[in-house]
Amino acid sequence: MNSEAILPQTTPAAAMIRTLGLLSAICGLIIVAAYQLTYDAVQENKRIAVERAVFKVIPAAKSIVEYSALPTGDVEIIGAGGATPPGALKFYAGYDEAGRLAGIAAEGAAKGYADTVRILFAYDLATSSIPAFSVVAMRETPGIGDKILVDKDFLASFPLEAKLSADLKALANAIVTVKHGSKTKPWEVDAISGATITSRAVGKAINDAAQALLPRVAPNLDKLKEKS
Amino acid sequence: MSQQAGKMSARNWDELMEGIWRQNPVFVMVLGMCPVLAVTVSGVNALSMGLATAFVLVCSCGLVSLLRKLIPKEVRIATYIVIIATFVTVVDYVIQAVSLALYDALGAFIQLIVVNCIILGRAEAHASKNPPMAAMTNALGMGVGFTIGLLALGTVREILGAGSLFGVSLFGADFQPWVIMVLPPGGFFVLGTWLLFFAALERRKQRKLAEATQNA
Repeated sequence: MNSEAILPQTTPAAAMIRTLGLLSAICGLIIVAAYQLTYDAVQENKRIAVERAVFKVIPAAKSIVEYSALPTGDVEIIGAGGATPPGALKFYAGYDEAGRLAGIAAEGAAKGYADTVRILFAYDLATSSIPAFSVVAMRETPGIGDKILVDKDFLASFPLEAKLSADLKALANAIVTVKHGSKTKPWEVDAISGATITSRAVGKAINDAAQALLPRVAPNLDKLKEKS
Repeated sequence: MSQQAGKMSARNWDELMEGIWRQNPVFVMVLGMCPVLAVTVSGVNALSMGLATAFVLVCSCGLVSLLRKLIPKEVRIATYIVIIATFVTVVDYVIQAVSLALYDALGAFIQLIVVNCIILGRAEAHASKNPPMAAMTNALGMGVGFTIGLLALGTVREILGAGSLFGVSLFGADFQPWVIMVLPPGGFFVLGTWLLFFAALERRKQRKLAEATQNA
């Protein structure tokens, strides 16, 4: 008994393979062409999106340089390829018109109400504080969680104090989100009542990222001071 | 000759109007509800999702129709999916090139156009049996019909839920947005209301028809 008796087949396998092969070739060509044609525009869009986000949190900045902070405690410029060594933390150094460092910015992320809230925050080196943040991506409830962008009391928590401890290993005071109206210290974030989870996510995202990044950046400030 | 041409254009018109009105994918066939409910929080999202779907519909139906004599029936579904996935990838890149903000707003629903039942349904039920011109006309009608359906939800939800239309504020700063309209339940409310409206239209038409036959 051969297989054809079990599985009646009207089209020979060769015809199927030929059709699928031809089709895959056509579709492959279309996809490659689309990728090539849109590549430059997509990369340019991504660069503009990053620049806009950084300029928003560091208003004095006119140009940015991407750096990675290595686990060894060193910093280096990220090349055109965008590859970073394992364990490195990415951050942006914003420079003003004269090429002086206006501030640094980094991404942080923490679990919010609906999904991870990803933010970009600035760090001002002169005052050791976090003057502002912006949202990179979030799926929080419209009208509730997304108040973190507009709520006056919440935004009045900034600038947040973020001084490093004496041994430069961590923040002297961890940044925490406290209940609405009970903020007393400069490193506390005043939560929005009704949107506590999202408010906490912002505080945690800033704290986690700052605790990891700032001890690596602090010893290298001289390297960052002038635009290279 | 001109009579034949007239017949052709009448047929084309028929093919086109099938998707836009008689068999509208959103309001008559109630297909593709996942993107219809999920992305219609604003007019811009609805319009771009509709255009993206229409583009994939027209291109994949055209290619399916061109290759219809070459495709063995045993592997036809696999073939359709490959073709549809190709054009979805193209749309994905194009939207990224046009606007990253729009790309983020539409999220996974761009990639999910691959499994949109309207497109697979058109490929299987129409494009695989008709010449390219008719298949693409029919697909264009379906695409436009789908876009109109999305816009009908998107504009209403944006006006009520955000007080704006295509990002332009309509009522000024004192407007208190009806937030539930841009949340998932709002999608069901607005869709239900539209379906009610079209069902009422249909009943009125039936009643008029019955009255007309009675009088005759």
